[in-house]
Amino acid sequence: MPRVAGFKSTEHYIASRDLEVAVNAAVTLQRPLLVKGEPGTGKTVLAHEVAQALGKPLIEWHIKSTTKAQQGLYEYDAVSRLRDGQLGDERVHDIRNYIIRGKLWEAFTADQQAVVLIDEIDKADIEFPNDLLLELDRMQFFVYETRETVVAKQRPIILITSNNEKELPDAFLRRCFFHYIRFPDRETMEKIVQAHYPDIRKDLAREALNVFFQIRDVPGLKKKPATSELLDWLKLLMVEDLPPDALRSNEKQLVIPPLHGALLKNEQDVHLFERLAFLARRGG
Amino acid sequence: MFAHLILGLRAAGLPTSITEWLTLMGAMKEGVAEYSVDDFYFLARATLVKDERHLDKFDRVFAACFKGLEPPEGIPVQDLPEEWLRKLAEKMLTPEEMAKIEALGGLDALMKRLQELLDEQKGRHQGGSKWIGTAGTSPFGAYGYNPEGVRIGQDRSRHRRAVKVWDKREFKDLDDTVELGTRGMKLALRRLRRFARQGAATELDMPDTIKSTANNAGMLDLKMVPERHNTVKVLLFLDIGGSMDDHIRLTEELFSACRTEFKHLEHYYFHNCPYERVWKNNRRRHEEVIPTWQVLRTYSPDYKLIFVGDAAMSPYEITMQGGSVEHWNEEAGSVWMERLTGHYRRSAWLNPTPKQSWGHVRSITMLNDLMEGRMFPLTVNGIDEMTRELSR
Repeated sequence: MPRVAGFKSTEHYIASRDLEVAVNAAVTLQRPLLVKGEPGTGKTVLAHEVAQALGKPLIEWHIKSTTKAQQGLYEYDAVSRLRDGQLGDERVHDIRNYIIRGKLWEAFTADQQAVVLIDEIDKADIEFPNDLLLELDRMQFFVYETRETVVAKQRPIILITSNNEKELPDAFLRRCFFHYIRFPDRETMEKIVQAHYPDIRKDLAREALNVFFQIRDVPGLKKKPATSELLDWLKLLMVEDLPPDALRSNEKQLVIPPLHGALLKNEQDVHLFERLAFLARRGG
Repeated sequence: MFAHLILGLRAAGLPTSITEWLTLMGAMKEGVAEYSVDDFYFLARATLVKDERHLDKFDRVFAACFKGLEPPEGIPVQDLPEEWLRKLAEKMLTPEEMAKIEALGGLDALMKRLQELLDEQKGRHQGGSKWIGTAGTSPFGAYGYNPEGVRIGQDRSRHRRAVKVWDKREFKDLDDTVELGTRGMKLALRRLRRFARQGAATELDMPDTIKSTANNAGMLDLKMVPERHNTVKVLLFLDIGGSMDDHIRLTEELFSACRTEFKHLEHYYFHNCPYERVWKNNRRRHEEVIPTWQVLRTYSPDYKLIFVGDAAMSPYEITMQGGSVEHWNEEAGSVWMERLTGHYRRSAWLNPTPKQSWGHVRSITMLNDLMEGRMFPLTVNGIDEMTRELSR
């Protein structure tokens, strides 16, 4: 039996070799894996795929700007205890009734090893990762109210995604594996499209990819379309049942693709694109 | 056995620690990388590099370590920035040729065309081609560059040997010590935004809580107030005219992009060194001048003052009365610099020229001294340092 965990590309998710190595290293050494990359390159989806590939439950913790590290461990609901005290409720005598378990507690005490996704960690306060250092390193924490220590039965597999809005502290980074998802090249992209829409017409996919990479090459776009946008767009094209010829242009010049709303998400980008297409038409 | 890798990484300035090194060793022992060099490269990258800005440096060190090659003296050819080539092209071309290029869709399109040409050529000559200049009709004499130099067409070849993954240097754009590019802009924006957002998160509104609890007959009723908003006020002094214009445009875009994040953002222009007058509209710089005294009176000392300029001028412009190139100044530039930095509690200078060359220009050193060393390069790193300095 191999000691190394076997995460590989699946039918639905195409992982590059370096991503596979990074995930397997993180799983084998039971350290968190930090994933960064352009929006829409499949950071969050990765966690779902890892959980599925390894056959483990997935616990998702989505981070917002107001999220505190403590909320991932547990919360003590003092206000409702105070209320119950005023109303003379019996529950008030046991403090355990007012401790709400967080996602990490759930993962630590699960019977089966779980995959934990800490999504968009950079959205939180700058101190957030620091507050989780010990918890992620030792996989245990202390509950002050009940004076008990929660220790992980099995160390969960932790995947963390970041969009680079805040710098993460060194001490935190040192405890993680790191992977930067690059934007897939054409070959990989073809595989990804194939994985998602196995019954798409070959010529349609080829023309669509031509247009897609042409758009990504337009300088000055505010938000370049990424994988998720391409997949949405392809789906639309398939639903509308457009012929591949609709995408093809005679010369190597820009045309505004049909249903471009799925690719360009910003009106300035659409304007820019229309202007370029106009210039190309006039010039050609 | 791999110790020279970590030593090399540390020498290259990567913050790699022993813990991470031991993790790598642990992973090797567990057999994560098996016996594949590629996998070892991926594993080492995932373990030792924690920031995409460092990926490029890592690739270089890795290549140097595992090829047994010494990095060549001077600037290696593949490091020639694209900018230089463009600049060179601009210099070498006649106006007519420039017009032709414009007709072809500008330099960008031309660069692309160059790549296409190169690809074609590779196909025909099966790697035997050395120069691309053989295309003949091209308007560029400069096509004779080693294609390696611009790294054109490299990413196309499918049968490249796997060992060379790190040689592609795909993460070059992510290095943060280079000047601001599009991506750099984005990062710099985030830094500035972080700088602008100072203030506590959601907080308890004590008076309201007490009042509403009393209204509620003693039942607790918590009231929160939304997080306090941006408190940072910024005063920008921009050096305009001549070589600085491109950089100034960039900086203005940068700051105005996060204008909403600041409580106040005001900008004024000056030329070379601030004197007794500044202006807001560069077209009407001679009609609509504003006395610097008025600026000092209008904006309180809690504004953060940021100068942007290359600080390259004759030393007289700083030290001497009447040293300005544009007008007769009653008081020397240094007097005004001291007045401005003295009035505002926090100030900094952003300089678009590369930091390495600061030592060679007398006026930069002088202004840096006047700023008490708070001069930062206009890079993502520099902006980061500046915001740290300003918010301390």
